Amino acid sequence: MRFLLIEDNKQLASAVIDRLMLDGHVVDHAPDIQTAYDFTATTGYDLILLDIMLPDGDGRTFLERRRNQDSRTPVIVLTARSEVADRVGILDLGADDYMVKPIDFSELEARCRAVLRRRGGEARNLLILGDMSFDSLSGTLKTGEDIIQLRARELRLFETLANAPGKVFSKASLVNQLVSYDEDVSENAIEVYIGRLRKHLQNSSVTITTIRGLGYKLRIE
Amino acid sequence: MNAPVAHGSIRRRLLLSLLAGAAILAVVVYYVVQSVARQVAQESQDNVLAASALSILDSARYSGGEIKVDFPYSALSMLDSISDERVFYSIRLENAFLSGYDQLPEVDGVVADGPAFRSATFLGEDVRMAHVQRRISTDSGQRLLQVSVAQTLTGQKQTLTRISRTSMGIGAGFFLVSVLLAAIIARSTIRPLDRLTASVSRRGPKDLRPVAAPIPTEMVPLVASLNSFMRRLQRSLERSEDFIAEAAHRVRTPLAIVRTKAEIVQRKTDNAETQAALREMVHAIDDSSRTAGQLLDHAMVTFRLDHLSRDEVSLLRLVQDTIERLRPISEMKDIEMETIGSEDIIILGDPILLQNALHNLFDNAMKYTPSGARVSVTLSRQGDGGEIRITDTGLGFPEAELGRLTDRFARGANAESVVGSGLGLTIVKEVVEAHGGQMHIKNITGGGACVSLHFPSS
Amino acid sequence: MRQFALSIVLIFAAGWVAAFEIENRTRFGSSDNGQVLRIISTADIGFFEPMITAFLAKYPNTEIDYVVASSTEMMRAIQDEGHAFDLAISSAMDLQTKLANDGKAQRYISATTQSLPDWAIWNDMLFAFSQEPAAIVVSKKAFGDVPIPKDRHELINLLRQHPDRFRGRVGTYDVRQSGLGYLFATQDTRASETYWRLTEVFGALEARLYCCSSDMIEAVKTGELLIAYNVLGSYAVNREDRSDFEIILPSDFTTVMLRTAMIPHNAPSHELSSTFVDYLLQRSHELDAQPLTHPGLDLIQIETSLNRIRIGPGLLVFLDQLKKRAFLSEWESAILQN
Repeated sequence: MRFLLIEDNKQLASAVIDRLMLDGHVVDHAPDIQTAYDFTATTGYDLILLDIMLPDGDGRTFLERRRNQDSRTPVIVLTARSEVADRVGILDLGADDYMVKPIDFSELEARCRAVLRRRGGEARNLLILGDMSFDSLSGTLKTGEDIIQLRARELRLFETLANAPGKVFSKASLVNQLVSYDEDVSENAIEVYIGRLRKHLQNSSVTITTIRGLGYKLRIE
Repeated sequence: MNAPVAHGSIRRRLLLSLLAGAAILAVVVYYVVQSVARQVAQESQDNVLAASALSILDSARYSGGEIKVDFPYSALSMLDSISDERVFYSIRLENAFLSGYDQLPEVDGVVADGPAFRSATFLGEDVRMAHVQRRISTDSGQRLLQVSVAQTLTGQKQTLTRISRTSMGIGAGFFLVSVLLAAIIARSTIRPLDRLTASVSRRGPKDLRPVAAPIPTEMVPLVASLNSFMRRLQRSLERSEDFIAEAAHRVRTPLAIVRTKAEIVQRKTDNAETQAALREMVHAIDDSSRTAGQLLDHAMVTFRLDHLSRDEVSLLRLVQDTIERLRPISEMKDIEMETIGSEDIIILGDPILLQNALHNLFDNAMKYTPSGARVSVTLSRQGDGGEIRITDTGLGFPEAELGRLTDRFARGANAESVVGSGLGLTIVKEVVEAHGGQMHIKNITGGGACVSLHFPSS
Repeated sequence: MRQFALSIVLIFAAGWVAAFEIENRTRFGSSDNGQVLRIISTADIGFFEPMITAFLAKYPNTEIDYVVASSTEMMRAIQDEGHAFDLAISSAMDLQTKLANDGKAQRYISATTQSLPDWAIWNDMLFAFSQEPAAIVVSKKAFGDVPIPKDRHELINLLRQHPDRFRGRVGTYDVRQSGLGYLFATQDTRASETYWRLTEVFGALEARLYCCSSDMIEAVKTGELLIAYNVLGSYAVNREDRSDFEIILPSDFTTVMLRTAMIPHNAPSHELSSTFVDYLLQRSHELDAQPLTHPGLDLIQIETSLNRIRIGPGLLVFLDQLKKRAFLSEWESAILQN
């Protein structure tokens, strides 16, 4: 997905960018509102992360202008803690959600998904795996008329496997995938989630194969 | 907050001073009116006495070798015209008694012209006397004819009683009018103060604008220092809020950066040992970040508790909003959050604090509830107020620590591995109690904890 | 009903070393505790007996000692000799006033005295209980065809027109002897100059002078007099042969004398005298009260000409010896022309 990050703190911005890129997203960084206007004028984004306090003005003016332009790109506002009272105003100005800084990435990811799902985004995230289609945004697996809603960890796990079908992932690396938003995932838990995913996949042409001693891989028949 | 020590009342002091002044004036008025009226009454009596005496004197003539006095009937009857009076008179030619009452005392120090007056006692009663005299030609030369007329004081006493009553009435009336005026004056004098009090106490807790209403000159210094105080308070409050926000930012931003870096390195490395070390690092950072957040939350709550606002807050909406707000996180953790009860309950309170408290409470519940569990929030009317009960299917609190859970930094002993601190519950408890409510914590038989918040209706 | 009355007539009262002259003395009722009400009065017992009898009926166990004396003798008894009486009743208003003015009366205030009209009370000392008009009494027989005069003016004209008829046959008080005559005469002079004109006409007709009203009426009865001037109307009205007389209340003005009661300062039975005064005043001032002494004379008829003598220090004026001397000398020169 393509993100626009509007944030003036360079260190924070670079951390956010690194972290999002790690998950395979593309991130453009605008340190002020003017640059942000330039970016949005030329590029379409899936999501905009907007800091409220910016060197050349208030993020709210950006929000207002975007609302007047009737842009459909969802915006998540990053706000400082003391601005609780302003949050309602932020939502009224057209922001889809807000997060209190500093950002917890697992929370950010969860909120991004929620926002995108609410917007009923175009099916650009649809992944076709054999006779099954996987919508990573809504977290659904569709086989024929059969639609299965994945739960968060199942989704995260399946996404990792589905992004590289045939690649073997060790239990430890899968734990790493989940650790960012859950502190207490054991390798045993991975087995439980793999078991659940297999159950969801049993009517499709997709299977998760155990490679003894190495880990798991996704296989499309 | 301590109530100010009241020492005396301006209104009462003003009223008492005015009344004391009025009382003194009323007494003075009483005596002045009485003495003036007394004098007038005395003078009018003296005038009548003098007229009587003069009419006797005028009727005297010397004829045929003797003094003849053919005085008119009215000479004496005029003295009795208004009230019944005993009347005495004497007619003397120098020291020789001619007629009337020879025992009637003479008037001392008679002036040649004009009548002289004195008060005396005669035949057992107080009398007022007038004395007149004139020279009369006789065979033996000019001789002095003297006439005294005396009158009892019945009428004068009646008049004086009446005057006394009237002046008493005037004094009392004067006093009553003064009381009324004093009350009005005291009220109108105090009114600007009352107005100021009303305008200040009507303000919301956040309203620190200077007092702009017109005030009397005497109150300008007070209001000026009040305004200056409020200005300083406003500035200080702004600084406090800014400071808290700044502190949050300054503490948590570097932590977030470090955490992100650690996470990135952890993803990139294949070394299991490094991975484990980094994971611990991430945990520790999360712990610090969360603690810092809660400390700042707590600072914010403490700060706001000092000037709690009182708005109408819908508990139902508050619960729903907070749950909605947390939904992405609960979904992420595979925790099902459900709301039970749809009756709306309105309480008076600070919406921001309440939201913060609920957020902490729910956040706490999610943290200490394992993945896949359920957290239910029940809203119900309890008597006048409302109750929010949050029940989870987690580990529950250690029985031994139930009582001191809300001490600052206390944390359930079995929650070692879960990031967070007891500060969350402390915040919740302080907010609830600031709203006049109560928080109860207990464990549910068969696992799980239950925290209930009870709010009074107003 | 006429109460049992023990009546003793004495010329000199026993037990008194009395220098003043008593005309009559009567005792009524009896008392076992020695309660005696001593009244000194100028009025004949006949006038007062009904009142006393009624009082005794209401307050039995009371003895009343009723002494009759002339007004000058009463003055002497009280003023000069200090005899102790419980009540002094007199027709001599001037002397009563002098007694009261000189402190010989005590003040008495009760609900009854407070309800009296102003003219009937003075200084809470003198209380009037009877109004006595001075009348002109003429013999009906003697007048015959001559119209009876209605006022002094007509009387003067009548006398002037028939000097021979009336010469030596008109009578009036000898004001030198009679205190009441002096009072009437002095009050007449206050009311109108007519009095002096009338007196001069009397002098010209060689008027006869009398000491008392009863003598004058008797003289009219016997035919010795045709006209008696300034006679107490009540004396004429109460006579059985009243129809022989014409009692004229002059329409120009009728001098009215008040009989007054007072409680002397040294009254021994003050309570009893208070009770009697209240009773006397109630009886004589109640709505349908009959005048005590003259039931046949209606004063309401002559209201416009009623010249009621006012109690008060004015009455002292004509008691003044210089004034009295001046008046008497004028009177004498008017009436004693020959």
